[in-house]
Amino acid sequence: MKLDSMYQEIILDHYRNPHHKGLRDAYGAEVHHINPTCGDEVTLRVHLTDPQRGEDALVRDVSYESAGCSISQASASVMSDLVIGKSVAEALKVGDAFLELMQSKGEAEGDEDVLEDAVAFAGVSKFPARVKCALLSWMAFKDAAAQALATTTKETEQ
Amino acid sequence: MSLDVELIRKDFPILERKVGDGKALVYLDSAASSQKPRQVIDAMSDYYALHHSNVHRGVHALAEEATALYEGARDKVAAFINAPDRNEVIFTKNSSEALNLVASVLGWAGEPYGLGPGDRVVITQMEHHSNIVPWQLTTQRSGAELAWLKLTDDGRLDLSDLDELINENTKVVAVVHVSNILGTLNPLDVIVRRAHDVGAIVVVDASQSAPHIPLDVQALGADFVAFTGHKMLGPTGIGVLWGRAELLNELPPFLGGGEMVGTVDMEGSTYAPIPHKYEAGTMPIAEAVGLGAAVDYLTALGMANVAEHEHEIVSYALERLQSVEGLRIIGPQTPEAHGAAISFTLEVAGLGEIHPHDVGQVLDEQGIAVRVGQHCARPVCVRYGIPATTRASFSVYTTKAEIDALVEGLEYVKRFFGA
Repeated sequence: MKLDSMYQEIILDHYRNPHHKGLRDAYGAEVHHINPTCGDEVTLRVHLTDPQRGEDALVRDVSYESAGCSISQASASVMSDLVIGKSVAEALKVGDAFLELMQSKGEAEGDEDVLEDAVAFAGVSKFPARVKCALLSWMAFKDAAAQALATTTKETEQ
Repeated sequence: MSLDVELIRKDFPILERKVGDGKALVYLDSAASSQKPRQVIDAMSDYYALHHSNVHRGVHALAEEATALYEGARDKVAAFINAPDRNEVIFTKNSSEALNLVASVLGWAGEPYGLGPGDRVVITQMEHHSNIVPWQLTTQRSGAELAWLKLTDDGRLDLSDLDELINENTKVVAVVHVSNILGTLNPLDVIVRRAHDVGAIVVVDASQSAPHIPLDVQALGADFVAFTGHKMLGPTGIGVLWGRAELLNELPPFLGGGEMVGTVDMEGSTYAPIPHKYEAGTMPIAEAVGLGAAVDYLTALGMANVAEHEHEIVSYALERLQSVEGLRIIGPQTPEAHGAAISFTLEVAGLGEIHPHDVGQVLDEQGIAVRVGQHCARPVCVRYGIPATTRASFSVYTTKAEIDALVEGLEYVKRFFGA
Protein backbone atom coordinates (compact mmCIF):
# COMPACT_ATOMS: atom_id res chain seq x y z
CA MET A 1 0.00 0.00 0.00
CA LYS A 2 1.24 3.43 -1.03
CA LEU A 3 0.60 4.93 2.38
CA ASP A 4 3.07 2.59 4.08
CA SER A 5 5.85 3.88 1.86
CA MET A 6 5.40 7.28 3.46
CA TYR A 7 4.47 6.33 7.00
CA GLN A 8 7.35 3.94 7.68
CA GLU A 9 7.25 2.47 11.17
CA ILE A 10 10.50 4.25 11.97
CA ILE A 11 8.87 7.59 11.11
CA LEU A 12 5.86 6.84 13.29
CA ASP A 13 8.22 5.86 16.14
CA HIS A 14 10.04 9.19 15.96
CA TYR A 15 6.65 10.96 15.73
CA ARG A 16 5.30 9.23 18.84
CA ASN A 17 8.56 9.58 20.81
CA PRO A 18 10.55 12.49 19.42
CA HIS A 19 14.24 12.79 20.34
CA HIS A 20 15.85 15.99 21.66
CA LYS A 21 12.52 17.84 21.76
CA GLY A 22 12.08 20.82 24.08
CA LEU A 23 14.01 24.10 24.11
CA ARG A 24 17.21 24.12 26.15
CA ASP A 25 18.86 27.24 27.54
CA ALA A 26 22.34 26.98 26.07
CA TYR A 27 22.29 28.07 22.45
CA GLY A 28 24.06 30.30 19.97
CA ALA A 29 21.12 31.04 17.71
CA GLU A 30 17.38 30.52 17.62
CA VAL A 31 15.18 30.53 14.52
CA HIS A 32 11.47 30.17 13.86
CA HIS A 33 10.42 28.56 10.59
CA ILE A 34 6.92 27.93 9.29
CA ASN A 35 5.34 26.04 6.45
CA PRO A 36 2.55 28.44 5.51
CA THR A 37 0.57 26.00 3.41
CA CYS A 38 -0.16 23.67 6.31
CA GLY A 39 0.74 25.55 9.45
CA ASP A 40 3.73 23.42 10.54
CA GLU A 41 5.98 25.48 12.81
CA VAL A 42 9.33 24.93 14.46
CA THR A 43 11.36 27.03 16.87
CA LEU A 44 14.88 25.63 16.82
CA ARG A 45 18.07 26.40 18.76
CA VAL A 46 21.60 25.43 17.82
CA HIS A 47 24.40 25.27 20.38
CA LEU A 48 27.92 25.05 18.94
CA THR A 49 31.22 24.20 20.61
CA ASP A 50 34.01 26.62 19.58
CA PRO A 51 31.99 28.54 16.98
CA GLN A 52 35.11 30.56 16.20
CA ARG A 53 36.36 27.46 14.36
CA GLY A 54 33.72 28.14 11.69
CA GLU A 55 32.30 25.08 9.99
CA ASP A 56 34.71 22.88 11.92
CA ALA A 57 32.79 23.79 15.10
CA LEU A 58 30.90 20.91 16.69
CA VAL A 59 27.13 20.84 16.95
CA ARG A 60 26.85 20.36 20.69
CA ASP A 61 23.05 20.48 20.90
CA VAL A 62 19.95 21.07 18.83
CA SER A 63 16.77 21.75 20.76
CA TYR A 64 13.37 22.61 19.38
CA GLU A 65 9.67 23.14 19.98
CA SER A 66 7.45 22.23 17.09
CA ALA A 67 3.86 21.77 16.05
CA GLY A 68 2.85 20.02 12.91
CA CYS A 69 2.25 16.80 11.08
CA SER A 70 3.90 13.46 11.77
CA ILE A 71 6.34 13.93 8.89
CA SER A 72 7.60 17.31 10.11
CA GLN A 73 7.78 16.11 13.72
CA ALA A 74 9.59 12.89 12.91
CA SER A 75 11.96 14.72 10.60
CA ALA A 76 12.97 17.14 13.37
CA SER A 77 13.68 14.19 15.65
CA VAL A 78 15.75 12.32 13.05
CA MET A 79 17.58 15.50 12.02
CA SER A 80 18.63 16.32 15.58
CA ASP A 81 19.87 12.75 16.08
CA LEU A 82 21.94 13.06 12.93
CA VAL A 83 23.55 16.46 13.40
CA ILE A 84 24.35 16.48 17.14
CA GLY A 85 28.01 15.53 17.62
CA LYS A 86 29.00 16.28 14.04
CA SER A 87 30.90 19.31 12.81
CA VAL A 88 28.76 21.98 11.16
CA ALA A 89 30.33 21.07 7.80
CA GLU A 90 29.47 17.38 8.21
CA ALA A 91 25.97 18.18 9.41
CA LEU A 92 25.32 20.44 6.42
CA LYS A 93 26.60 17.69 4.13
CA VAL A 94 24.04 15.29 5.60
CA GLY A 95 21.42 18.00 5.11
CA ASP A 96 22.38 18.26 1.43
CA ALA A 97 22.04 14.49 1.05
CA PHE A 98 18.60 14.63 2.67
CA LEU A 99 17.53 17.49 0.38
CA GLU A 100 18.66 15.46 -2.63
CA LEU A 101 16.63 12.47 -1.38
CA MET A 102 13.55 14.63 -0.90
CA GLN A 103 13.85 16.02 -4.42
CA SER A 104 14.13 12.56 -5.97
CA LYS A 105 10.36 12.09 -6.57
CA GLY A 106 10.59 8.57 -5.21
CA GLU A 107 13.51 7.57 -7.47
CA ALA A 108 16.30 7.52 -4.87
CA GLU A 109 16.71 5.25 -1.85
CA GLY A 110 19.25 7.34 0.04
CA ASP A 111 22.63 6.26 1.42
CA GLU A 112 21.95 4.67 4.78
CA ASP A 113 25.59 5.19 5.87
CA VAL A 114 25.06 8.95 5.56
CA LEU A 115 21.38 9.37 6.32
CA GLU A 116 20.77 6.57 8.86
CA ASP A 117 17.10 6.75 10.00
CA ALA A 118 16.45 9.56 7.51
CA VAL A 119 16.40 7.08 4.60
CA ALA A 120 12.93 6.17 5.88
CA PHE A 121 11.75 9.46 4.35
CA ALA A 122 12.48 8.25 0.81
CA GLY A 123 8.78 7.41 0.36
CA VAL A 124 7.77 10.96 1.34
CA SER A 125 9.51 12.28 -1.78
CA LYS A 126 6.67 10.76 -3.84
CA PHE A 127 4.20 13.13 -2.19
CA PRO A 128 5.01 16.68 -3.38
CA ALA A 129 2.66 18.22 -0.82
CA ARG A 130 4.61 16.62 2.03
CA VAL A 131 8.22 17.25 0.98
CA LYS A 132 8.16 20.69 2.60
CA CYS A 133 7.04 19.09 5.87
CA ALA A 134 10.08 16.81 5.86
CA LEU A 135 12.45 19.66 5.01
CA LEU A 136 11.18 22.22 7.52
CA SER A 137 13.47 21.37 10.45
CA TRP A 138 16.47 20.84 8.16
CA MET A 139 16.03 24.32 6.73
CA ALA A 140 15.68 25.68 10.26
CA PHE A 141 18.89 23.93 11.31
CA LYS A 142 20.81 25.29 8.33
CA ASP A 143 19.60 28.80 9.10
CA ALA A 144 20.31 28.54 12.85
CA ALA A 145 23.79 27.07 12.31
CA ALA A 146 24.69 29.90 9.96
CA GLN A 147 23.43 32.46 12.47
CA ALA A 148 25.27 30.78 15.35
CA LEU A 149 28.51 31.00 13.36
CA ALA A 150 27.84 34.64 12.53
CA THR A 151 27.12 35.66 16.12
CA THR A 152 29.73 33.83 18.15
CA THR A 153 29.50 36.42 20.91
CA LYS A 154 26.16 35.02 22.09
CA GLU A 155 27.77 31.67 22.82
CA THR A 156 27.39 30.67 26.44
CA GLU A 157 29.67 28.50 28.55
CA GLN A 158 31.45 25.49 27.09
CA MET B 1 -39.33 18.52 -2.30
CA SER B 2 -36.31 16.46 -1.43
CA LEU B 3 -33.58 15.93 -3.99
CA ASP B 4 -33.12 12.59 -5.74
CA VAL B 5 -29.42 12.42 -4.96
CA GLU B 6 -28.80 9.14 -6.76
CA LEU B 7 -30.22 10.64 -9.94
CA ILE B 8 -28.18 13.82 -9.45
CA ARG B 9 -24.99 11.79 -8.99
CA LYS B 10 -25.46 10.26 -12.45
CA ASP B 11 -25.01 13.76 -13.90
CA PHE B 12 -21.50 14.03 -12.44
CA PRO B 13 -19.10 11.83 -14.43
CA ILE B 14 -16.24 12.28 -11.98
CA LEU B 15 -18.22 10.64 -9.17
CA GLU B 16 -17.94 7.37 -11.12
CA ARG B 17 -14.18 7.23 -10.98
CA LYS B 18 -11.94 5.31 -8.66
CA VAL B 19 -8.92 6.71 -6.87
CA GLY B 20 -5.76 5.14 -5.50
CA ASP B 21 -5.92 1.37 -5.78
CA GLY B 22 -9.53 1.16 -6.93
CA LYS B 23 -11.34 2.92 -4.07
CA ALA B 24 -14.65 4.64 -4.82
CA LEU B 25 -14.27 8.41 -4.65
CA VAL B 26 -15.87 10.04 -1.60
CA TYR B 27 -15.63 13.72 -2.50
CA LEU B 28 -16.06 15.88 0.60
CA ASP B 29 -14.18 18.94 -0.65
CA SER B 30 -16.88 20.89 -2.46
CA ALA B 31 -16.19 24.06 -0.48
CA ALA B 32 -12.76 24.18 -2.13
CA SER B 33 -14.31 23.45 -5.52
CA SER B 34 -17.44 21.57 -6.47
CA GLN B 35 -17.60 18.93 -9.18
CA LYS B 36 -19.32 19.66 -12.50
CA PRO B 37 -22.42 18.06 -14.00
CA ARG B 38 -22.39 16.80 -17.59
CA GLN B 39 -24.70 19.72 -18.48
CA VAL B 40 -21.98 22.25 -17.64
CA ILE B 41 -19.23 20.30 -19.38
CA ASP B 42 -21.42 19.89 -22.48
CA ALA B 43 -22.41 23.55 -22.56
CA MET B 44 -18.76 24.59 -22.64
CA SER B 45 -17.79 21.93 -25.13
CA ASP B 46 -20.73 22.85 -27.43
CA TYR B 47 -19.82 26.49 -27.15
CA TYR B 48 -16.30 25.82 -28.40
CA ALA B 49 -17.40 23.26 -30.98
CA LEU B 50 -20.22 25.30 -32.49
CA HIS B 51 -20.48 28.93 -31.43
CA HIS B 52 -17.14 30.40 -30.45
CA SER B 53 -16.09 33.87 -31.48
CA ASN B 54 -15.18 37.00 -29.60
CA VAL B 55 -18.17 38.83 -28.14
CA HIS B 56 -19.52 42.35 -28.80
CA ARG B 57 -17.04 42.86 -31.61
CA GLY B 58 -18.21 41.29 -34.84
CA VAL B 59 -21.20 41.50 -37.11
CA HIS B 60 -20.89 37.91 -38.29
CA ALA B 61 -23.12 35.02 -37.24
CA LEU B 62 -20.70 33.47 -34.75
CA ALA B 63 -20.04 36.80 -33.04
CA GLU B 64 -23.76 37.24 -32.58
CA GLU B 65 -24.23 33.70 -31.28
CA ALA B 66 -21.31 33.99 -28.85
CA THR B 67 -22.56 37.38 -27.66
CA ALA B 68 -26.06 36.03 -27.14
CA LEU B 69 -24.69 33.09 -25.11
CA TYR B 70 -22.42 35.32 -23.02
CA GLU B 71 -25.10 37.91 -22.32
CA GLY B 72 -27.62 35.12 -21.83
CA ALA B 73 -25.45 33.80 -19.02
CA ARG B 74 -25.63 37.24 -17.41
CA ASP B 75 -29.44 37.10 -17.59
CA LYS B 76 -29.42 33.69 -15.93
CA VAL B 77 -27.16 34.85 -13.11
CA ALA B 78 -29.25 38.01 -12.63
CA ALA B 79 -32.41 35.92 -12.26
CA PHE B 80 -30.62 33.44 -9.96
CA ILE B 81 -29.76 36.18 -7.44
CA ASN B 82 -32.91 38.25 -8.07
CA ALA B 83 -30.91 41.25 -9.26
CA PRO B 84 -33.18 44.21 -10.04
CA ASP B 85 -31.13 45.02 -13.15
CA ARG B 86 -29.10 42.60 -15.31
CA ASN B 87 -26.48 45.31 -15.87
CA GLU B 88 -25.58 45.07 -12.19
CA VAL B 89 -24.05 41.64 -12.82
CA ILE B 90 -20.33 42.00 -13.55
CA PHE B 91 -18.35 38.97 -14.64
CA THR B 92 -14.93 38.59 -13.01
CA LYS B 93 -12.30 35.86 -12.80
CA ASN B 94 -13.46 34.68 -9.35
CA SER B 95 -14.58 36.00 -5.96
CA SER B 96 -11.10 37.26 -5.17
CA GLU B 97 -11.06 39.45 -8.26
CA ALA B 98 -14.59 40.69 -7.50
CA LEU B 99 -13.56 41.68 -3.96
CA ASN B 100 -10.31 43.25 -5.18
CA LEU B 101 -12.35 45.23 -7.69
CA VAL B 102 -14.58 46.71 -4.99
CA ALA B 103 -11.73 47.34 -2.56
CA SER B 104 -9.62 48.98 -5.25
CA VAL B 105 -12.23 51.31 -6.71
CA LEU B 106 -13.39 52.37 -3.24
CA GLY B 107 -9.76 53.20 -2.51
CA TRP B 108 -9.49 55.25 -5.70
CA ALA B 109 -12.87 56.99 -5.62
CA GLY B 110 -13.33 60.59 -4.56
CA GLU B 111 -16.09 61.83 -2.27
CA PRO B 112 -18.47 60.58 -1.11
CA TYR B 113 -17.39 56.94 -1.46
CA GLY B 114 -13.61 57.10 -1.47
CA LEU B 115 -11.50 55.96 1.48
CA GLY B 116 -9.01 58.24 3.22
CA PRO B 117 -7.46 59.03 6.60
CA GLY B 118 -10.10 59.06 9.33
CA ASP B 119 -12.30 56.55 7.50
CA ARG B 120 -12.85 53.05 8.76
CA VAL B 121 -13.33 49.70 7.04
CA VAL B 122 -14.82 46.92 9.17
CA ILE B 123 -14.21 43.27 8.33
CA THR B 124 -14.49 40.10 10.44
CA GLN B 125 -12.09 37.60 11.92
CA MET B 126 -13.75 34.76 9.96
CA GLU B 127 -13.10 36.19 6.49
CA HIS B 128 -11.33 34.21 3.81
CA HIS B 129 -7.98 35.80 2.99
CA SER B 130 -9.59 37.12 -0.21
CA ASN B 131 -11.82 39.37 1.88
CA ILE B 132 -8.96 40.42 4.18
CA VAL B 133 -5.95 41.19 2.02
CA PRO B 134 -7.71 43.49 -0.51
CA TRP B 135 -8.93 45.61 2.42
CA GLN B 136 -5.49 45.62 4.04
CA LEU B 137 -4.04 46.81 0.74
CA THR B 138 -6.64 49.52 0.18
CA THR B 139 -6.59 50.82 3.78
CA GLN B 140 -2.78 50.88 3.80
CA ARG B 141 -2.74 52.84 0.56
CA SER B 142 -5.52 55.26 1.48
CA GLY B 143 -4.66 55.79 5.15
CA ALA B 144 -8.04 54.46 6.29
CA GLU B 145 -8.31 52.29 9.40
CA LEU B 146 -9.14 48.57 9.37
CA ALA B 147 -11.26 47.24 12.26
CA TRP B 148 -12.40 43.69 12.98
CA LEU B 149 -15.52 42.03 14.26
CA LYS B 150 -14.30 39.17 16.47
CA LEU B 151 -15.55 35.64 17.05
CA THR B 152 -17.31 33.92 19.94
CA ASP B 153 -16.04 30.65 21.40
CA ASP B 154 -18.71 28.71 19.52
CA GLY B 155 -17.67 30.00 16.10
CA ARG B 156 -20.11 32.83 15.51
CA LEU B 157 -19.60 36.56 15.03
CA ASP B 158 -19.42 38.47 18.30
CA LEU B 159 -21.91 41.26 17.67
CA SER B 160 -21.80 42.66 21.21
CA ASP B 161 -19.71 45.64 20.10
CA LEU B 162 -21.29 46.00 16.67
CA ASP B 163 -22.52 49.55 17.29
CA GLU B 164 -19.14 50.78 18.57
CA LEU B 165 -17.18 49.02 15.84
CA ILE B 166 -19.39 50.17 12.96
CA ASN B 167 -19.27 53.84 13.89
CA GLU B 168 -19.96 57.12 12.11
CA ASN B 169 -16.54 57.00 10.44
CA THR B 170 -17.20 53.60 8.91
CA LYS B 171 -17.41 53.71 5.14
CA VAL B 172 -17.28 50.00 4.29
CA VAL B 173 -18.35 46.82 6.06
CA ALA B 174 -17.10 43.65 4.31
CA VAL B 175 -18.43 40.38 5.67
CA VAL B 176 -18.66 36.75 4.65
CA HIS B 177 -22.14 35.26 4.27
CA VAL B 178 -21.08 31.69 5.15
CA SER B 179 -17.62 31.01 6.59
CA ASN B 180 -15.57 28.61 4.47
CA ILE B 181 -13.79 27.21 7.52
CA LEU B 182 -16.37 27.35 10.33
CA GLY B 183 -19.49 26.88 8.23
CA THR B 184 -21.19 29.69 10.14
CA LEU B 185 -24.11 31.40 8.38
CA ASN B 186 -23.92 35.02 9.51
CA PRO B 187 -26.91 37.20 10.47
CA LEU B 188 -26.35 39.73 7.71
CA ASP B 189 -29.62 41.57 8.36
CA VAL B 190 -28.31 42.93 11.68
CA ILE B 191 -24.99 43.96 10.15
CA VAL B 192 -26.53 45.52 7.03
CA ARG B 193 -28.97 47.53 9.15
CA ARG B 194 -26.24 48.95 11.37
CA ALA B 195 -23.93 49.65 8.43
CA HIS B 196 -26.62 51.49 6.50
CA ASP B 197 -27.58 53.46 9.63
CA VAL B 198 -24.11 55.02 9.53
CA GLY B 199 -24.07 55.28 5.72
CA ALA B 200 -21.50 52.53 5.15
CA ILE B 201 -21.35 50.38 2.02
CA VAL B 202 -21.84 46.66 2.68
CA VAL B 203 -19.79 44.12 0.71
CA VAL B 204 -20.77 40.46 1.08
CA ASP B 205 -18.58 37.49 0.19
CA ALA B 206 -21.19 34.95 -0.86
CA SER B 207 -18.74 32.35 -2.22
CA GLN B 208 -19.96 29.70 0.23
CA SER B 209 -23.65 30.66 0.21
CA ALA B 210 -24.46 31.08 -3.49
CA PRO B 211 -23.97 27.33 -4.16
CA HIS B 212 -26.04 26.23 -1.20
CA ILE B 213 -28.95 28.50 -0.23
CA PRO B 214 -31.32 30.80 -2.13
CA LEU B 215 -29.44 34.07 -2.70
CA ASP B 216 -31.64 37.14 -3.15
CA VAL B 217 -29.56 40.28 -3.34
CA GLN B 218 -32.61 42.49 -2.86
CA ALA B 219 -33.63 40.69 0.32
CA LEU B 220 -30.01 40.69 1.52
CA GLY B 221 -29.90 44.48 1.25
CA ALA B 222 -26.13 44.65 0.72
CA ASP B 223 -24.47 46.96 -1.82
CA PHE B 224 -22.02 44.47 -3.34
CA VAL B 225 -22.14 40.67 -3.42
CA ALA B 226 -19.29 38.51 -4.72
CA PHE B 227 -19.29 34.82 -5.58
CA THR B 228 -17.45 32.36 -7.79
CA GLY B 229 -18.53 29.87 -10.43
CA HIS B 230 -16.37 26.88 -9.59
CA LYS B 231 -17.86 26.35 -6.15
CA MET B 232 -21.42 26.29 -7.56
CA LEU B 233 -21.05 23.46 -10.11
CA GLY B 234 -19.66 25.85 -12.73
CA PRO B 235 -16.18 26.14 -14.24
CA THR B 236 -13.09 27.82 -12.85
CA GLY B 237 -12.12 31.22 -14.23
CA ILE B 238 -15.49 32.92 -13.84
CA GLY B 239 -16.89 34.82 -10.88
CA VAL B 240 -19.54 37.42 -10.29
CA LEU B 241 -19.72 40.81 -8.69
CA TRP B 242 -23.20 42.12 -8.20
CA GLY B 243 -23.38 45.79 -7.22
CA ARG B 244 -26.01 48.49 -7.01
CA ALA B 245 -26.20 50.30 -10.35
CA GLU B 246 -25.93 53.77 -8.81
CA LEU B 247 -22.64 52.80 -7.15
CA LEU B 248 -21.21 51.00 -10.18
CA ASN B 249 -22.11 53.98 -12.34
CA GLU B 250 -20.36 56.48 -10.07
CA LEU B 251 -17.28 54.55 -8.98
CA PRO B 252 -14.15 54.65 -11.15
CA PRO B 253 -13.21 51.78 -13.49
CA PHE B 254 -11.00 48.90 -12.27
CA LEU B 255 -9.02 47.45 -15.18
CA GLY B 256 -8.55 49.42 -18.37
CA GLY B 257 -8.65 47.87 -21.82
CA GLY B 258 -10.79 46.94 -24.76
CA GLU B 259 -14.58 46.92 -24.44
CA MET B 260 -14.66 48.91 -21.19
CA VAL B 261 -14.40 52.23 -23.01
CA GLY B 262 -16.67 54.70 -24.74
CA THR B 263 -14.32 56.86 -26.78
CA VAL B 264 -10.52 56.70 -26.53
CA ASP B 265 -8.62 59.89 -27.34
CA MET B 266 -4.97 60.61 -26.86
CA GLU B 267 -6.04 63.10 -24.19
CA GLY B 268 -8.18 60.60 -22.28
CA SER B 269 -11.09 58.21 -22.51
CA THR B 270 -14.71 57.82 -21.62
CA TYR B 271 -16.06 54.58 -20.28
CA ALA B 272 -18.71 52.14 -21.36
CA PRO B 273 -21.90 51.88 -19.33
CA ILE B 274 -22.12 49.03 -16.81
CA PRO B 275 -21.65 46.09 -16.90
CA HIS B 276 -19.01 46.48 -19.62
CA LYS B 277 -17.26 49.33 -17.79
CA TYR B 278 -15.91 46.66 -15.45
CA GLU B 279 -15.20 43.96 -18.06
CA ALA B 280 -11.94 44.96 -19.75
CA GLY B 281 -10.47 42.78 -22.45
CA THR B 282 -11.77 39.48 -23.79
CA MET B 283 -13.68 37.87 -20.98
CA PRO B 284 -13.85 34.16 -20.10
CA ILE B 285 -16.73 33.56 -22.51
CA ALA B 286 -16.91 29.76 -22.39
CA GLU B 287 -16.68 29.93 -18.61
CA ALA B 288 -19.58 32.37 -18.46
CA VAL B 289 -21.58 29.99 -20.65
CA GLY B 290 -20.64 27.15 -18.28
CA LEU B 291 -21.72 29.21 -15.28
CA GLY B 292 -25.03 29.88 -17.02
CA ALA B 293 -25.50 26.12 -17.39
CA ALA B 294 -24.64 25.59 -13.73
CA VAL B 295 -27.21 28.20 -12.74
CA ASP B 296 -29.78 26.43 -14.94
CA TYR B 297 -28.92 23.15 -13.23
CA LEU B 298 -29.26 24.57 -9.71
CA THR B 299 -32.42 26.45 -10.63
CA ALA B 300 -33.98 23.25 -11.99
CA LEU B 301 -33.17 21.49 -8.72
CA GLY B 302 -34.55 24.47 -6.81
CA MET B 303 -32.29 26.28 -4.38
CA ALA B 304 -34.77 25.74 -1.53
CA ASN B 305 -34.49 21.98 -2.17
CA VAL B 306 -30.71 22.20 -2.36
CA ALA B 307 -30.65 24.03 0.98
CA GLU B 308 -32.96 21.45 2.53
CA HIS B 309 -30.84 18.53 1.33
CA GLU B 310 -27.61 20.07 2.53
CA HIS B 311 -29.12 21.01 5.89
CA GLU B 312 -30.06 17.36 6.33
CA ILE B 313 -26.52 16.28 5.41
CA VAL B 314 -24.95 18.84 7.76
CA SER B 315 -27.25 17.80 10.62
CA TYR B 316 -26.36 14.16 10.06
CA ALA B 317 -22.66 14.89 9.73
CA LEU B 318 -22.54 17.01 12.91
CA GLU B 319 -24.25 14.24 14.85
CA ARG B 320 -22.07 11.45 13.44
CA LEU B 321 -18.81 13.37 13.76
CA GLN B 322 -19.52 14.28 17.36
CA SER B 323 -19.81 10.57 18.11
CA VAL B 324 -16.15 10.10 17.13
CA GLU B 325 -14.06 10.04 20.30
CA GLY B 326 -11.37 12.72 20.29
CA LEU B 327 -13.03 14.76 17.54
CA ARG B 328 -13.64 18.44 18.25
CA ILE B 329 -15.78 20.55 15.92
CA ILE B 330 -14.30 23.99 15.23
CA GLY B 331 -17.32 26.21 14.66
CA PRO B 332 -21.01 25.91 15.45
CA GLN B 333 -21.86 22.49 16.90
CA THR B 334 -25.50 22.58 15.84
CA PRO B 335 -27.05 22.73 12.36
CA GLU B 336 -28.93 26.00 12.85
CA ALA B 337 -27.54 28.79 10.68
CA HIS B 338 -24.89 26.41 9.39
CA GLY B 339 -23.50 26.21 5.87
CA ALA B 340 -22.29 23.11 4.07
CA ALA B 341 -18.81 22.83 5.64
CA ILE B 342 -17.61 21.39 8.96
CA SER B 343 -14.10 21.78 10.36
CA PHE B 344 -12.66 19.65 13.12
CA THR B 345 -9.56 18.46 14.92
CA LEU B 346 -8.87 14.87 15.93
CA GLU B 347 -7.05 13.54 18.97
CA VAL B 348 -5.94 10.06 19.78
CA ALA B 349 -5.26 8.82 23.30
CA GLY B 350 -1.58 8.81 24.26
CA LEU B 351 -0.49 10.80 21.21
CA GLY B 352 -2.51 13.99 21.27
CA GLU B 353 -3.79 15.77 18.20
CA ILE B 354 -3.24 14.13 14.86
CA HIS B 355 -2.21 16.84 12.45
CA PRO B 356 -4.81 17.49 9.72
CA HIS B 357 -2.22 16.72 7.02
CA ASP B 358 -1.88 13.23 8.44
CA VAL B 359 -5.65 12.87 8.78
CA GLY B 360 -6.13 13.96 5.16
CA GLN B 361 -3.38 11.68 3.86
CA VAL B 362 -4.78 8.55 5.51
CA LEU B 363 -8.34 9.46 4.44
CA ASP B 364 -7.05 9.89 0.88
CA GLU B 365 -5.74 6.36 0.95
CA GLN B 366 -9.34 5.28 1.50
CA GLY B 367 -10.61 7.41 -1.40
CA ILE B 368 -11.96 10.16 0.85
CA ALA B 369 -11.14 13.69 -0.27
CA VAL B 370 -11.22 16.39 2.41
CA ARG B 371 -9.40 19.68 2.73
CA VAL B 372 -6.72 20.10 5.38
CA GLY B 373 -4.81 23.18 6.49
CA GLN B 374 -5.80 26.72 7.34
CA HIS B 375 -8.35 27.13 4.53
CA CYS B 376 -7.11 30.62 3.64
CA ALA B 377 -8.51 31.76 7.00
CA ARG B 378 -5.47 31.85 9.27
CA PRO B 379 -6.98 34.37 11.76
CA VAL B 380 -9.63 31.75 12.58
CA CYS B 381 -6.98 29.12 13.38
CA VAL B 382 -5.12 31.64 15.54
CA ARG B 383 -8.37 32.58 17.32
CA TYR B 384 -9.03 28.97 18.29
CA GLY B 385 -5.39 28.14 19.05
CA ILE B 386 -5.06 25.40 16.45
CA PRO B 387 -2.45 24.98 13.70
CA ALA B 388 -4.97 23.81 11.13
CA THR B 389 -8.19 21.84 10.68
CA THR B 390 -9.61 19.01 8.64
CA ARG B 391 -12.70 20.16 6.75
CA ALA B 392 -15.48 18.09 5.21
CA SER B 393 -17.78 20.00 2.88
CA PHE B 394 -20.85 19.05 0.94
CA SER B 395 -22.87 19.70 -2.18
CA VAL B 396 -26.01 18.58 -3.99
CA TYR B 397 -24.46 15.16 -4.66
CA THR B 398 -23.34 14.37 -1.09
CA THR B 399 -24.93 11.30 0.52
CA LYS B 400 -25.27 10.11 4.10
CA ALA B 401 -23.31 7.02 3.09
CA GLU B 402 -20.37 9.32 2.35
CA ILE B 403 -20.62 10.77 5.86
CA ASP B 404 -20.57 7.22 7.21
CA ALA B 405 -17.47 6.52 5.12
CA LEU B 406 -15.81 9.60 6.59
CA VAL B 407 -16.58 8.52 10.14
CA GLU B 408 -15.22 5.03 9.47
CA GLY B 409 -12.21 6.61 7.81
CA LEU B 410 -11.52 8.74 10.88
CA GLU B 411 -11.64 5.69 13.14
CA TYR B 412 -9.05 4.10 10.85
CA VAL B 413 -6.90 7.24 11.06
CA LYS B 414 -6.90 6.96 14.85
CA ARG B 415 -5.93 3.28 14.73
CA PHE B 416 -3.21 4.05 12.17
CA PHE B 417 -1.45 6.66 14.29
CA GLY B 418 -2.34 5.32 17.74
CA ALA B 419 0.55 3.87 19.68
